[in-house]
Amino acid sequence: MIIGFSIFILGVIGIVAAILLFIAAKKFHVFEDPKIGEIEEILPGANCGGCGFSGCHAFAMECAGAKSMEGLVCTGVDAEGMRKIADIVGLAPAVAQRKVAIIKCSASCENRDPRNRYDGVRSCAVEASLYQGESDCIYGCLGCGDCVNACPFGAMQLIPGEELPHVDLEKCTGCGKCVEACPRNLCELAPINPDRPIVWVACANRDRGPIAMKECGVACIGCTKCRKVCPNEAPDIVSFLAHIDQDKCSSCGECIKACPRHSIKSTGDISD
Amino acid sequence: MKTFKKGGIHPPENKSTRDCPIVDMPIPGELRIMLSQCIGVPAKSIVKPGDKIECGQKIAEAAAFVSAPVHSPVNGSVKKIEPTRTPQGIWQESIVITTDSENPVTNPLPRTTDEIETLSPDDIINIVGDCGIVGLGGATFPTKVKLSIPKGKSAEYVLINGAECEPCLTCDDALMRQDAEKIVKGTLLIMKATGAKYGIIGIEENKPDAIKIMSSATDPYPGLKVVTLKKKYPQGGEKQLIYAITGRVVPAGALPIETKCIVDNVATAYAIYDAVYNRRPLTDRIVTVTGKGLSNPGNFRIKNGTSLDDIIKFAGGLPEDTGKIIAGGPMMGRAISSLEASATKGLSGLVILPESESLRKPTQPCIRCARCVSVCPMGLEPYLLMLQADVKKWDDMAANGVMNCLECGCCAYTCPSHRPLLDMIKLGKQELRKKK
Repeated sequence: MIIGFSIFILGVIGIVAAILLFIAAKKFHVFEDPKIGEIEEILPGANCGGCGFSGCHAFAMECAGAKSMEGLVCTGVDAEGMRKIADIVGLAPAVAQRKVAIIKCSASCENRDPRNRYDGVRSCAVEASLYQGESDCIYGCLGCGDCVNACPFGAMQLIPGEELPHVDLEKCTGCGKCVEACPRNLCELAPINPDRPIVWVACANRDRGPIAMKECGVACIGCTKCRKVCPNEAPDIVSFLAHIDQDKCSSCGECIKACPRHSIKSTGDISD
Repeated sequence: MKTFKKGGIHPPENKSTRDCPIVDMPIPGELRIMLSQCIGVPAKSIVKPGDKIECGQKIAEAAAFVSAPVHSPVNGSVKKIEPTRTPQGIWQESIVITTDSENPVTNPLPRTTDEIETLSPDDIINIVGDCGIVGLGGATFPTKVKLSIPKGKSAEYVLINGAECEPCLTCDDALMRQDAEKIVKGTLLIMKATGAKYGIIGIEENKPDAIKIMSSATDPYPGLKVVTLKKKYPQGGEKQLIYAITGRVVPAGALPIETKCIVDNVATAYAIYDAVYNRRPLTDRIVTVTGKGLSNPGNFRIKNGTSLDDIIKFAGGLPEDTGKIIAGGPMMGRAISSLEASATKGLSGLVILPESESLRKPTQPCIRCARCVSVCPMGLEPYLLMLQADVKKWDDMAANGVMNCLECGCCAYTCPSHRPLLDMIKLGKQELRKKK
């Protein structure tokens, strides 16, 4: 008898609660475009902000309401993924140049003798705010890995023994988190094409030649040799530091051969 | 005995140079004078390579309101103007001067008593500005700016900071024992310049000789007195000193003038005396060089621009087991990475730590003991600020009052888990300043 009564009471509570929930669901229903959910399924969900919006959901909302896909590119999905997103909203996909991060320092421990020892917090931002860093060069990589910690795609790692970050070009989406994180502005986004590697000056030292030479074994000294051999005048030298204009560069590799300091690097083999 | 209320710690004193008299260091053959010697805009050079310059001549002028000129400490000539590394290894512009070895220093004619009597408050402030005087406690804030009281405000107290609460440092102590009368005269000048009625010299209890000598020097003047302060770090912090002596609290984000107080270091008072009475601009200062392994530690009067290497050689050379050299005191000072750097107006000490004492201990997780909260003299919550800095919540840090932090280091000193609290708080302050 008591059991039957309990079941009855619980049943009534259940029905009342169900009715209340039904009314609440109808009354407070927020319409969300189903496209947003579909688009979010394709997005990586890293909320990296590389698209210029505050996260993947914000980007999906922007896409769902867009009249044109112009300027709406997720750096984390490939061309196929972008085509799928464009299909969902029924627009033509925007084509964007794929970019990856490059590190403008190549001074591993053997090229740049540490003259003091940093035993503070393992954070480049803290180290940079305190002093010059472990070596004489006040521009180079500090090696505490702020960029590695900032990367939402696990595309960066510190190479043991070298204390320099290495970018995995397959995983890098060019979101720019590392650019923000580096207190010395050593990360730069460069356009990459499947058919030709990126050639860049892996140095940020702006000291005069003789000083730069003492500070680091692979520091750019601004000798202008790279500019002289370049058929496209891509390298530009400002305050004793060369910088290659990626729009002009044809990846011929002449500058890499000419550089007496070995501070120019490329992302792959240079084959004329 | 007076003291501040909130927080504070009692680190070991290690004032091994306390009985050392002030020794003049020989003038080196070459001086590298940094253009950035005060908090604020670096001075602008007004000399060219090859120029002959005289002792006390202005070689760089103030480039803005919060800026101070720089003067030559010697007779000589300008060799070149080039970047020199700061003690932290960053390049900054400097003037390299070759000393005239036969006749390095000349002293100008002192002002007569009548001349000093007739100086108006504005005259005194202008002399202080022209002579490049900055706060010599270490913060190097231009004293002219401090003495120029904003409209609508007035000063009642001039507090002279002789607390010297930093462990190891004894330069203010030595100065008070040797030149008490000059400090008193300097204090009277500050009082005249600001219109303050009272001058109080605060000295920590661990300097009994200085208290005795300063007390007898202040006796003839009714507006002046010496107050003995309890030995507690950071007694010499500006806000702590004001509270300890007057019981007034400086509101958050406000300047001490809100409590009608002006705080200056004893060495600054001495420099003001020297500038007004002897027409000598600020070109030297007393530096405590100390460390267990040093053969000749002491309090040295050092010309601006002397290389740190020379100073340490004069103190007996770098010991074998040196781990770190700290510019300033061990609590607030910063480790030096480059001995090519030269002495500036803000260098109060060089502390040489052996390898065994210099290394940080491994960081462990926070155990929520709240020791950092109990020792913070500003009533902040350092453990919370560090957690927020870890996740880059700069605005939350600002809401928790991080900008009131005086970077005394009590929290990091007391933390049983050796957490780098101050480093992360400093990072937060820096990020917030960048955003402004």
